[in-house]
Order: sequence, then structure tokens, then C-alpha cells
Amino acid sequence: MNYLPKSLAMGFVLATFAASSVLAAGTHPVTGEALADDQTFTYSLLDEFTTADPQMVEDVSGSYFVRDLFEGLMNQDADGNLIPGVATGYTTNEAKDVYTFTLRDNARWSDGNQVTAHDFVYAWRRLADPATASPYSWFADIMALENVGAVMSGESPPEALGVRALDNHTLEVRLTASLPYFAAMTTHASTFPSPQWTVRTFGDAWTKPGNIVGNGAYVLTEHIPNETATRERNTMYWNNDATIIDKVVTLVINDENTDFTRWEAGETDKGAVPSGQYPRLKAEYPDEAISFPRLCTYYMTFNLSPSGPEAFKDVRVRQALSYALDRSVITDKILQGGQIQAFTFTPGATAGFEVPEVAFGQMSQDQRNTNAKLLMSAAGYGPDNPLKFEYIYNTSEGHKKIAIASQQMWKETLGAEVTLANQEWKTFLQTRGGQNFDVARGGWCGDYNEASTFLDLMTTPSGYNDGKFSNAEVDELMLSARTMSDATSNYTRVEEIMANEMPIIPVYHYTGVFMLRKNVKGWPFNNVEQNVYSRDLYKVAD
Amino acid sequence: MIVANKNKIISMAKNLSEDKTTSGRSLWADARTRFIRNKAAITSLFILALIVLFSFVGPYFAVWTYEQIDWNTMGSAATLGMPSIETGHYFGTDDLGRDIYSRVIQGTQISLMVGVVGATIAVVVGTLYGATSGYIGGRTDQIMMRIVDILMAIPFMFVLILLLVVFGRSIVMLFVGIGLLSWLDMSRIVRGQTLNLKNKEFIEAAKATGVSDYKIIMRHIVPNLLGIVAVYATLLVPGIIIAESFISFLGLGVQEPKTSWGALISEGAGTINYDTEWQLLFPLAFFIVTLFCIYFIGDGLRDALDPKER
Amino acid sequence: MLNYIIKRIGIAIPTLLILIAVTFYLMHAAPGGPFTSEKPLPPQVLANIEAKYGLDQPIWRQMTTYLWGILTEFDFGPSYKYHSRTVNEIIGQGFPITLKYGFWSFVVAIGVGISLGAIAAIRKNTWVDYFAVGISIGAQVLPNFVMAPLLIIVFTLWLGWLPGGGWHGGDWEYLVMPVIALSTSYMASIARITRSSMLEVLNANYIRTARAKGLPTKTIFFRHVFKPSLLPVISYLGPAFVGLITGSVLIDIFFSTGGMGYFFVNAAFNRDYAVMMGITILVGALTILFSLIVDLLYAWIDPKIRY
Repeated sequence: MNYLPKSLAMGFVLATFAASSVLAAGTHPVTGEALADDQTFTYSLLDEFTTADPQMVEDVSGSYFVRDLFEGLMNQDADGNLIPGVATGYTTNEAKDVYTFTLRDNARWSDGNQVTAHDFVYAWRRLADPATASPYSWFADIMALENVGAVMSGESPPEALGVRALDNHTLEVRLTASLPYFAAMTTHASTFPSPQWTVRTFGDAWTKPGNIVGNGAYVLTEHIPNETATRERNTMYWNNDATIIDKVVTLVINDENTDFTRWEAGETDKGAVPSGQYPRLKAEYPDEAISFPRLCTYYMTFNLSPSGPEAFKDVRVRQALSYALDRSVITDKILQGGQIQAFTFTPGATAGFEVPEVAFGQMSQDQRNTNAKLLMSAAGYGPDNPLKFEYIYNTSEGHKKIAIASQQMWKETLGAEVTLANQEWKTFLQTRGGQNFDVARGGWCGDYNEASTFLDLMTTPSGYNDGKFSNAEVDELMLSARTMSDATSNYTRVEEIMANEMPIIPVYHYTGVFMLRKNVKGWPFNNVEQNVYSRDLYKVAD
Repeated sequence: MIVANKNKIISMAKNLSEDKTTSGRSLWADARTRFIRNKAAITSLFILALIVLFSFVGPYFAVWTYEQIDWNTMGSAATLGMPSIETGHYFGTDDLGRDIYSRVIQGTQISLMVGVVGATIAVVVGTLYGATSGYIGGRTDQIMMRIVDILMAIPFMFVLILLLVVFGRSIVMLFVGIGLLSWLDMSRIVRGQTLNLKNKEFIEAAKATGVSDYKIIMRHIVPNLLGIVAVYATLLVPGIIIAESFISFLGLGVQEPKTSWGALISEGAGTINYDTEWQLLFPLAFFIVTLFCIYFIGDGLRDALDPKER
Repeated sequence: MLNYIIKRIGIAIPTLLILIAVTFYLMHAAPGGPFTSEKPLPPQVLANIEAKYGLDQPIWRQMTTYLWGILTEFDFGPSYKYHSRTVNEIIGQGFPITLKYGFWSFVVAIGVGISLGAIAAIRKNTWVDYFAVGISIGAQVLPNFVMAPLLIIVFTLWLGWLPGGGWHGGDWEYLVMPVIALSTSYMASIARITRSSMLEVLNANYIRTARAKGLPTKTIFFRHVFKPSLLPVISYLGPAFVGLITGSVLIDIFFSTGGMGYFFVNAAFNRDYAVMMGITILVGALTILFSLIVDLLYAWIDPKIRY
């Protein structure tokens, strides 16, 4: 917990800085760069965001809206470190199951009301309340708030939830488990406050422009579904003086090629890089085609449940298929966006995680292929008895390319006959979740910056373990990791077990790839969770 | 466009039924002569035959199969994947390094099959339904035609999307869906034609000798509808091919690594701005030329069978 | 006439009911539901959500509740995906957009199509004719998912004349490319239909008589040729209208116009049941209405037809 004083101190420095220096017109207060006159940031969305309601939001693009329109107890800086938000700091007990947050007294809602601890109490109760029926109410569950289970099932009233306002500026949270990283969870959009009076007045329509009241740096001023949304500076925001971008505009562009064309035509500041075009664009726009590591892993999962094919019960077959997949082809020739080959499930970018040296990751592809062939024939498959299975993936240009390439690699190296089946998203989820597949594509992004967000997936009770891999040692290691102050060795051991058992084929770790105009500064590339706050961005003069 | 030609067909149907009894044989002979004299139609027929032939013979000249990946070209289509005799990629490669030549051949087979099978389903269902409705007449006819009215009011492309979402994408579903989409007009036209035929002497004679209704429909009514059905079918095929391309664009078409014109074109159109124009141009050329040909053949057939429009 | 209209509306009601039933059934038969997601919801959360939207009821019950809502309050239900919006709002926002660019596409398709067809017919078998026919078939077979990105590349990227997408309340510069992309294939069809029906009329006996009488060409054309040649065009308008609505899916995807088409496709993929139902019903009702209007127009132009 030694980051706490540091980040608080840093927040203090920032706050005094913002308060003491009057913003010189046209220059950045810290870097001194000349600022552009027009501080409008325009970016494209591939799809309409679902909602700006903090307790209802479930998509990445919606969460970005919520982070701009509301502010939680804690924020993240450009490197993903915890810094003060509405709370100036917090204290916790020895057991780390009671947290007390101190709220700043100058935080205001956009309608002028003071932001109080009661607003957080209301929001968190609202999140867990079955009447709200929030798709993200499970977040309240993993926050381990006292009585959350009973509240969610309707057995206890929302008031029973383990969160209360000791006074207007003090929030006390009681947990059922020891969570050393609890404060970091308050950067999640689901935990942001909501204005009870506005929600009461307008019901479900409270997030519409004109109705919406927020405590973030921006207010939503215009929203035309499937076309555009505009958020503008909130003058009531406590740190409004430090905000540079005046206006943030989103344009919904459903086609990634069109998206790029419109970026090229100068209509947006941030746009898509169409799949496979990164190297070409990097050459053409060296400062503006961006690629940086993300906390996400692309993998393929074997169906190890009783309904799965007999062939995959043999670990040699699983290993052979994993070895024969030339990951460099996928990262360097298909995706071409600086993605990182994966031999472990957890990305190396994860905080406190050292990528273990798993044996097959050390081999050359030729060695892997040779081994794969040996394993395959040892398992009894050969030219006269080819392995046959189906690979399912959800409809998308990128997944399609990877599926096709993998099919050909398995065919050329192992003689396996693989049929491809793409399914649209919901069908795919249903099929994979119901174990009606042989091998399925998977992608997983960390909910928080810690290895357990990945490795918990491989435990027997995990609801997301669609391949139904079950290993007593993994379960044991992950369980004990929860209460350890440093669980790195456990995580390493789990990855080693997985490299031997090969319940999944790790393929690559994602990178964030997009076009960003070079006069836009302040994008938090080092924040692996990509929690972006528009108020940290600024545009410099050309 | 399917419906566009309905009126012409109705007028043609009238002519056919008027002429038939008096000069049945010579009508067909005349029609053939007229068709052969129609240069555009004959040329189109020839080109179309070449395309079909190509889709069967083409693979023998291919260096790469339609699913094979050229690992060296993969990922550098713009610089290494251009059309070339040397590499064996006569039409260039796609982004994955697959041979467009072979894929166009594969796509041609699938698209033509979708067109032909879809049209066949529409023709068979439409003809039988229309003939039955028209022949039996009375209340049954009323009800059957009301059902057609009702079905016509259903936005079929929407339902087709729903069907493909619900039952998963499969080529069978695509056939069924597209067939469902297209038989309605056919059944109306056939019904009208049947009403005309019903009162002709040869039908009455058959009835008098005690031939069953089923046999009369199959032996006497349906064969007399062939002309109009043939013309209508040629007009259906392009419509179905276009419908399939739309479905492919939405990602609900055939499964990879198989492909169709629609899938190839929509992939090619996506990368048009990235110096790989051959990915669009070759499949698009085949698509356009084929549709042009089918239109001209359809027009030629109609003109040949409908002397009035000369 | 009135009888006929009443009868047609009488058919419309069972038609819509069948459409609703079929769509409702199909939707619920589709794998997954509106709340299926990559990170599956805990059963308790899912149960809470389903209870809120009544999705825990038996299908027939859901359907009657749904129908009752429409009949009594004209309420088409909430969107399951966009939590703060109702279907009425989504359609209220998207439909006027679709209607606007659809209407202008319709106008362009009819105007240009008929002129092109007429010129081709009058100058039959000259290069003008071949050119017009070639253009119209070409326009018909060029898929609009090829045309749309091409238009954006040419007009936005190369020439910089037009914005690459968006709607802005339907200002003309945002309307141009959607209208071109959407109207072309219908324009082509209309041109072809006009040409052939006009040729037919031009060869008819009464026109020959009129010519023989020495009437001026202009008079013959506008008084005797033009109107009857339009009959087949009118009967094409019904299907063309449905085509425009379906085509709007592509327009919304490429030009980010925010119309109804993409909402439908999106709703189908997201299993946003109520949105999908609402749009299907609307399009079904419009299809019925439009075919009725077309039939009435037909009767008005062609005095031989009586209902």
C-alpha cells in the first residue's frame, strides 16, 4: 500500500498547481506548449454507446462517456496509478475490510448541488437493487460489499448494503472479505455517484441531454442515437480550471474502412485503423498511427467437458495443435499492429506479473512443428487417420482471417481437417457457453490490472470457463493467491501448469491500434486499462 | 427488378395463350429464329456459357487452390499480391495471400448455384401453387391468393435476416430464404395464365375422359406454362444473386473458406483505398458481366416469345 | 372504391398479426437473448433483469402483453440494449431520417429514371439508346456496398466537396451521397421499365393513327404516349419502396445517417426484441399501405381498371 501516500501527495501537487497558476491563454500550464484555439476533440465509435447511466453502463465506449460525465471516488492518472477523485483519500483497517473515504467539499454537480457521500450511497444501492436490474450489478458482488447477496436477491432491502455516509463528506464501506485493492475498484464506472433527485424526476430518461446532471468535467449537451453525441465543459466541475478540451464529439461510424477514410479527410481526430493496414499507415503517418499494449488476450479454448470430442481428452493432441500454430504469422502478417505473440494466458503488461519461461515459448517455430508432428503421431493421428474438428468464431473480419490461417497451418503441419463455422455474436456465446463446440475462439480483457483477472478464468467454479478445464492444483493456487500480499509465484506456477495441460491455446496479446491526430496530446498510452479522461487531453497549435 | 418485368410478362402471357391453340408449334419455331437473330442475346448466351465453362475448367489452370494460403504474400498483398503470371496468382491475392483467381472460380460456382437453385425453388413452388390455385378456382383460389397477398406484405429481407440469425447461417437456409422471397410473383402470374388455359378445349377433353385433377395440372397445365416460366426464371436469377451479395455483405452468407461473388466484392470494396484494386475488380467484373448477360438473355427470350413488342 | 379500400384494410389486420406472431416466435427462438454477453451475468442478476422486462413470462403471455401495450397506449416497449430509450423514441428519431433520404431517393429515381427511359425509347437503336440502356443495367448491377465507399473516397477524400457522413438534420450536403447511393439501382430499373413500356405504346395502333393524322410529335408524346407508358412504372413503385427501406441498412452503415435500417440489423444481432418487433411492424404496415396507394394510383391512371 505504499503507493497511497505517493499518489495522494501527487494529487496534492496537481491540485495546488491548478489552483495557484492562472491558465495563461493559449499555453499548456505544465508543458508550456502552445494550445490550439479550437479545443474540440472528435472521435469515432464503431457502434452506438449503450447508455450514460453509471449504474447501467456495460460497454467500453459507454464507460468512457461516464468517466467524462461523472467522477468517482478515485481516478487514474496517465500511467494507471490511483489518484484522488471526489475522495481526497481514504483509510482502511488492518484486515482491509473496512474503508473510509474522505470526500472533497468543493465537488459540485452540474446543477450546483454539492456532491456528498449520500450520492455514493444512493448509487451503490441503486447498483445492487434488483429493481434497477443493472447488467453490471455483479460488480457490486465482486466488490464484496456487506449483504450484497441478500440485497441482489431481494431478501434484504437495498438499505442493508454495507455502505453508509457518516456525514456529508465521509463514506464508510464494509466488506465481507479482505480486499487490498478495493480503492482501485472505485475507478470503475459502475461505482460513480448518481443524482437521486434527477433520477427520481425523469426515471429512465434521466441521462438524456437537458435532463442529465453529472459531477464530471463534462455535460452531455447533444445526443442523436447512431449518429453523434456532444459533451461540453462542465463549469461547475471542481477542477474545471485544469480542463483544456472544451468539447468532445463522437461520431458513430459502423464501417472501419469508412471510419479511416473520414479520419483521413480530417473529420475526426481519432479514428480506426482497418484490420491489416497498420504497417502501411504507420509508414504514411508515422506520428499518427498508434499501437500500444493492452490487457487482453486472444485465445482458443478446447472443449474439455464430457460433451467435447474424445480427441481433446488427450493432452498430446492439445499440445500439438498449440505448437503448430505459428503465432508470428498471425501477429506479423495478419494483424500487423504490433501485437505480441502469446504463450501464456496473462499478458506481460499486467502489473506484478512476470511472464514465465514456458518451454514451448522458447522453441523456434520449426522445433514446435517437429514436436507437434511427433505428439500427433504418438496420439495416433496421421495421414490415414486425420484429426477432424470444427473451429467456431464470431463474425468479424479479424477473427475470420485468424481462423482461416489457423485452419491452413493445422492442415499443412498436422494434416488435420478443420471446418470453420462463424456465428453471429449471441449465437456464438450461446454455443460456447453451452459447450456445443470442439474448439472456440476466445478473447479476454482484464477487469483490473492484476493477473487473477485472467487466471481465475481457468478455475473450476469460474462462470467464464467455457472449456470446462478443471485442475485441483490450479484451483488451490488461485484460492490461496487471494489472501497473499504477493501472489506472483502462484501465478507463475498456474501458467506453467497451463503450458503443460494446454486447456487453451494462447494466440496473442492485444494492442490498442488507432489513428490519432498529432496535435492531440495527453492520451494515456501507458494506462493498460485505457481509462481515458477527456479532461487530461489537449490540442496543441499546429 | 423482379417485379419490374411482371407487366411485360403478363402481356406476353396473353399473347402466348392467344396464339397457342392456333399455331402452337410454329410459335416456338418462330421464337427460336427470333432469338437467334437477336445479336445481343446470342452474344450474351455465348459469354455466359464461357463463364460457366470457366468455372468448371478454370481450376485445372490454377496454381493455387481457393483455400490455400501463399505464406510469402500474406500480409503484403499491396506490394507482393498483384496479378502476375509468375507467382501463379493470375488475378492477384487477397490480404491473406489467397489466390483471387481460384476464389473467383469458387465464388462463381456458389453464386450461380445460389441463383439457379433459388430460382428453381421459386419457379417450382410458384408454378405449382399458382397452377393449383387457378385450376381449382372458387373459394380455394380466393384463400390461396389472399395468403399470397399477406405474404407479400411481409418485409422479406428483414425476415431473411431473422431466419439466418435464428437458424444459423447455412447455404440451405439461404436457398430456402431466397426461394421464399421470390415465388410469390411467380404464383400470381401462373395463376392468371392457368385461368386462361382452364377453359381451353384440350383441358375440357381431358376432364371429360376422367383424368384426375393432379394429372391435368402436371401433364397439361404446367407444360403449357413453360415459356413464361422460362422468361421469368431468367429475370429472377440476377435478383437472387444480388440478394445473396447483400446477405454476404452483412456477414450472413456462405462459410469460409468457401466464398461467393458477394463476399469477394464486399471484401474487395473494403480495401479499395489501400492499393489492392484487383481484389475488387476481378470479382466485380465477373459479377457485372454475368448479370449483363442474363439480362440480355432474358430480354431476348421475352422479345422472341412476344412478337408484339418487335 | 371505398368498399375495396375497406376490404384491403380488413386484410391488413390479420396480415400484421401474422407478421407479429412470426417475428415474435422467430426472435425468441434465436439463440441467446438480449442479456447474453461475453462475461455471463450471474443467475441472480439475470433473473432480476428478466423479471423487470417480463421476459420470465411464457411467450404467449409476453406477446399478449406486448399487443395490449400497442393497442391501448401505442407503446412498443423499451429497448433492452439502450437502457434509457423506448422503441417509440428510437423509431421516432430514426424513421424521419430514413423517410427523408428515402423520399429524395424516390424522387430522383423516378425523375431521372423516367427521363432516361423516355429518351432511350424515342431514340431507339441509336447510340443514345445503347448508352442509356448500358448505364441503367450497369447502375443496376453495381452493388451499393461498392458504390457507397467509392462515393466517399471520391467526393470526400479526393475532391473534398462533401462531408463523409453524418446527418445534421438532413442538410443537403449530407443528403447527396446517400441519395445517389440509394437511388441508382431503382433509377435504373425505372429507366428500363419506362423504355420498354414506351416502345410498346409507340408501336400501338392509335399512335400510328395519330401520326398518320399529322398531329405534332410533341402533342402525341405528352397526350397519348406518356401517361399510358407510366402504368408499369407505377406498379413497380410498391416493391421499389420496400427495397428503399431495406437498402437503408447499407446507407446507415456507410454514411452514419442514423436511420432505421441499421437499428433493425443491430437489433437483430443484439436480440433487442422490442426494437426489432417495432421496426418490423412499421415496415410491414408501410408495405401494406404503399401497395394500397399504388393500386389506387393505378386505377386512377388506367380507367379500364375498376375495383
